[in-house]
Amino acid sequence: MGTLIDIRDVSKVYERGKQKVEVLHGVNLAIEQGDFLALMGPSGSGKTTLLNLIGGLDSPTGGNITVGGQRIDQLGGGQLARWRAQHVGFVFQFYNLMPMLSAQRNVELPLLLTKLSASQRKQNAAVALKLVGLDDRSSHKPSELSGGQQQRVAIARAIVSDPTLLVCDEPTGDLDRQSAEEVLGLLRELNREHGKTIVMVTHDPKAAEAANHILHLDKGTLVEQATA
Amino acid sequence: MKYLHLIWAALFRRKTRTILTLVSIITAFLLFGMLDAVRTSFNQAGQSANGAQRLQTGSKLSFIQTLPSALGAQIAQVPGVKMVTYANWFGGAYQDPHNQVFSFAVDNNYVDLYPEMDVSAAERKAFDDTRTGVLVGEKLAKRFGWKVGDKIPMQSTIFPNRQGDKNWNFDIVGIIHSKDKKAGAFFDAMMLLHWKYFDETTPYNQGNVGWYVTRVTDVNQADRVAKAIDAISANSDHETRTQTEQAATASWMKQLADIGLIVGSIMGAVFFTLLLLSGNTMMQAVRERTSELAVLKTIGFPSGSVLSMVLAESVLLVLLGGVIGLGLATVVVPALAAGSGGMLNLPGVGANTWVLGLVLMVVIGLLVGLLPALRAMRLNIVDALAGR
Ligand SMILES: Nc1ncnc2c1ncn2[C@@H]1O[C@H](COP(=O)(O)OP(=O)(O)OP(=O)(O)O)[C@@H](O)[C@H]1O
Ligand SMILES: [Mg+2]
Repeated sequence: MGTLIDIRDVSKVYERGKQKVEVLHGVNLAIEQGDFLALMGPSGSGKTTLLNLIGGLDSPTGGNITVGGQRIDQLGGGQLARWRAQHVGFVFQFYNLMPMLSAQRNVELPLLLTKLSASQRKQNAAVALKLVGLDDRSSHKPSELSGGQQQRVAIARAIVSDPTLLVCDEPTGDLDRQSAEEVLGLLRELNREHGKTIVMVTHDPKAAEAANHILHLDKGTLVEQATA
Repeated sequence: MKYLHLIWAALFRRKTRTILTLVSIITAFLLFGMLDAVRTSFNQAGQSANGAQRLQTGSKLSFIQTLPSALGAQIAQVPGVKMVTYANWFGGAYQDPHNQVFSFAVDNNYVDLYPEMDVSAAERKAFDDTRTGVLVGEKLAKRFGWKVGDKIPMQSTIFPNRQGDKNWNFDIVGIIHSKDKKAGAFFDAMMLLHWKYFDETTPYNQGNVGWYVTRVTDVNQADRVAKAIDAISANSDHETRTQTEQAATASWMKQLADIGLIVGSIMGAVFFTLLLLSGNTMMQAVRERTSELAVLKTIGFPSGSVLSMVLAESVLLVLLGGVIGLGLATVVVPALAAGSGGMLNLPGVGANTWVLGLVLMVVIGLLVGLLPALRAMRLNIVDALAGR
């Protein structure tokens, strides 16, 4: 399969007042379509920063990022937002669901940006919830679900608009072993059966084993190590 | 519209806080509705086509100063004057000094100058023929359960009789109906008694007149006629001031209170407080939702949508409270007026008040939401997600 994500000589500098901190230095990386990549590395090494660049939440200070043939490093805020809505699903460590909305309504959120009718939105959300095994919990609020279940709702929300790319920042970081296994199993299934390309940041070597590749980031530079 | 459930959910994320804020918005707009009814009622007083044809002549010094009765004949001579009548306060109360009744001692032709008053010909004649007769307004009669033929004892809060006490006895000979129910609540809440009976019974009046009312032949000549009437008494010890009924009512009301200013300042203070209070609520609401707003933006909601959602939330908050508050006022004000048995003549919360109220709600909602909405719009996703 072809390259989905092409990162060329990417650097990221944060300015804290007058002080400039270069968090990423000349990162080069190509991610294949359909790959499942784990990003590891010590705290503060720049994993989240790199992931945010790949997901189009932030723009690099230098270098090019091409996703699916489109240069996203050159897009403005509004264009990036539209691009994210169409191409990327996000999963976070702390699930980040809307506490006031039911699981169903949470999953429907990304579909509000589409032209789908209310009943189509409902139907698609139901399909996504079924895929993560929570079709019986669709009317529950996040506070009525376990951590693992909340994370599966978050995954359903990430895939409901059928994006090519899933970006996950420590998706199992807040879960017990068993829930973590369920979530990882789900991600693997999405990768293998549904062809989603997944980039996942994790601290947990066991979680990283779920991926096809593991990359290590250290002080803003990539060090490739093992291949699963 | 498809975002409505999001906005609604955000609004009631903290139920207690939202309800407390709603209560203060409801209170503010209830107050607004009631005060605006009072203001409207003051402004409407004396504003009618008939009122424009009438001039009121009173003492230049103060409205409690009296005028000589000889002046009437002189006023009648002024060109452009069609009819003159006169009256004085009676200051009546029924049974209890708190049961104040709008009561005037009037000349026989008084009713002729007020086409707003509807009195049957037979009752008019009975009034002319009965020395102790009184005409009473429909509402007033209802308030005290009076009917034609009743003998009623009244006290005057101003005038004693020749025995030295303030008890007066009257015979109800007729009922005053108001032709225009909306504008005329004043006419059907008053009592008219005979000038002759009044003047001969109290030793205090001594042939003086409280004020004159003049009907002009041509409304456009009203100003000239007014000047001519005042010229009669110029440089005397009883100089007069003649105004159209509308102007007279307005200046008489002004002597009581500048209601527009009072209502304006109260509502200014109330809405200013409301602005701070709900502004604070909205600011808190947005601050504690930082990560949720960041997620919306992450998913791809444009900054403009986030801005509109927060603005819509605060407008919805103020509209919700405002409509309930003004709705309450709409129910409460007529109830108050009815409960007062005609003493309080409030016009009810009208369309004008609603329009003004709704405009205020939207403006306040936008003002309140502006800063939090800008904050939400400018939210940096990466920082917000990292809790920075
Ligand atoms: N917006 C920012 N402003 C200033 N400094 C930042 C910003 N974002 C990240 N940094 C800094 O960049 C460095 C890398 O941060 P990043 O969040 O990418 O690390 P990480 O590898 O994800 O760490 P962790 O494993 O703890 O999540 C850190 O030193 C961090 O303080
Ligand atoms: Mg991180």
